[in-house]
Amino acid sequence: MRKSRTSEPQFRAASDQSLLVYLGEEIALENHQRVLKLIRLLQSEPIDGVRNLHPAYSSLLINFDPLRLDHDKLQSTLIPYLERLDREPLPATRGIEIPVCYGGEFGPDLSGVAEMHGMTSAQVIELHSSPIYVVYFLGFAPGFAYLGGLPEALASPRLETPRAKVPQGSVGIGGNQTGVYPISTPGGWRLIGRTPLAMFRRTANPMSLLQIGDHVRFRAISEKEFMEFGGR
Amino acid sequence: MRALIVEAPGLFTTVQDLGRDGFGPMGVSASGAADAVSLRIGNRLVGNPEGAAALEMTLVGGAFTFDRPEIVAVTGADFGPSLDGMALPMWTSIEIRQGQTLKFGPSRSGARAYLCVQGGIAVEPFLGSASTHVLSGLGGFEGRALRKGDRVELGAANSLFRKIAISPNALESLQPCKTIRITDGPQRDWFAESSWKTLCGNAFRVSEQSNRMGIRLEGPPISLDASREMITEGVSLGAIQVTPSGQPIILFVEQQTTGGYPKIANVISADLHSLGQLRPRDEIRFERIELSEARSLLIQQEALLASKELIQE
Repeated sequence: MRKSRTSEPQFRAASDQSLLVYLGEEIALENHQRVLKLIRLLQSEPIDGVRNLHPAYSSLLINFDPLRLDHDKLQSTLIPYLERLDREPLPATRGIEIPVCYGGEFGPDLSGVAEMHGMTSAQVIELHSSPIYVVYFLGFAPGFAYLGGLPEALASPRLETPRAKVPQGSVGIGGNQTGVYPISTPGGWRLIGRTPLAMFRRTANPMSLLQIGDHVRFRAISEKEFMEFGGR
Repeated sequence: MRALIVEAPGLFTTVQDLGRDGFGPMGVSASGAADAVSLRIGNRLVGNPEGAAALEMTLVGGAFTFDRPEIVAVTGADFGPSLDGMALPMWTSIEIRQGQTLKFGPSRSGARAYLCVQGGIAVEPFLGSASTHVLSGLGGFEGRALRKGDRVELGAANSLFRKIAISPNALESLQPCKTIRITDGPQRDWFAESSWKTLCGNAFRVSEQSNRMGIRLEGPPISLDASREMITEGVSLGAIQVTPSGQPIILFVEQQTTGGYPKIANVISADLHSLGQLRPRDEIRFERIELSEARSLLIQQEALLASKELIQE
């Protein structure tokens, strides 16, 4: 039999009604693509008794009805899906630009992040708005996109004490991750700016501006432009 | 359309059903009643499908009137319900006349009471469910807790009244517990045997900071192997995550869908409703069991909930 070019999937019971499927051991584009393909397959050919899917960087949590499925049965049903992953094509990618007003009251931690890395605030903005990021998954809260591709030089530890309320649209850095808070939630990431775009709208279709697999670029805008976008 | 009028909202009263499944890929968790067992029984008592939407009250109940005669049932924690000043029995179907006031006070035991009305609460579903997700302001009644003066519409009722109640035996076996049973979490081996002893050998106090998103616990710190790096992954309802300070947090119905803290254990499905009845300052203990036992406990609980013996005339 052909040896798989990636590590074999690992399974782990998370609870009596959920199974974690690990498709890799690190945050990497290839692992993300396997998660994306597995979700697509499980959405187009659902397994009876599966209730919910929680994707993440390199894993998928599958929540099931414990009266209809158990871990062993689910695991064996998943094998043919997993064997198809390498052959499955990736869906076409969308590119999305997110305007961000960096610093000031919108990004109270910008100067701290700059200082931490021995840079100027302008250098942090330049570096943060250069790459094309990939939406690895939506998680944590409705429409919250975890983006891959943060330059290593910007990786910053989470705040010791998370903020009780992070304003909607805030752009933050937590560890080697960056993202936008779509709704006002508690949060421990360092806030460097804010976007005037609505990231999650119940009247929109799809409700979340960003979808798993999207390509994202941040564009620095002024406070004036922020207001013109209808930002708050 | 028939409606329930909020004369007083209580401390925190929301519309809840059994939650919305299938939107994890959008970062939207299931939400739903904190004590689903009480909600399901309440709906059975008024002749609703067991997942119909009802009012979930928290710690202090409100006062409600109805503009038509209605059939209701009150389940969950005892908030001292009364109808026009007369004590009202719980866990039984009740006929209410037009204009009568149904009033609740502070909790005498437990944290959440449910008011189920025949026909259910009729709010526009969000992603297939009437449940309120308060943090994101989505679902339920305008995505928020009820306020004085709200007029909450009711679904079509068949207006057939049967005087029925839960059987005392069933009520006894479904009592919420303070000893919460757990199975091993996905990072179980990040925790030394001594950490497991800390978790299972001590009482933990429910913090005032607890809510429908998470139940924060205070107790002896649980140490973990901090040298290992956690990659954010999907988290399940009832997951017990341990923060760097060693304090456990149980992820609850309005949970985040993913998280970056290691999970030592997970509350079993059959004990999730007990979590919904925990009050701040309550003390709980954990008992570690096997997955197979967790499954049989759930099967037993579901068999009781489906049985004829649950309800009696």
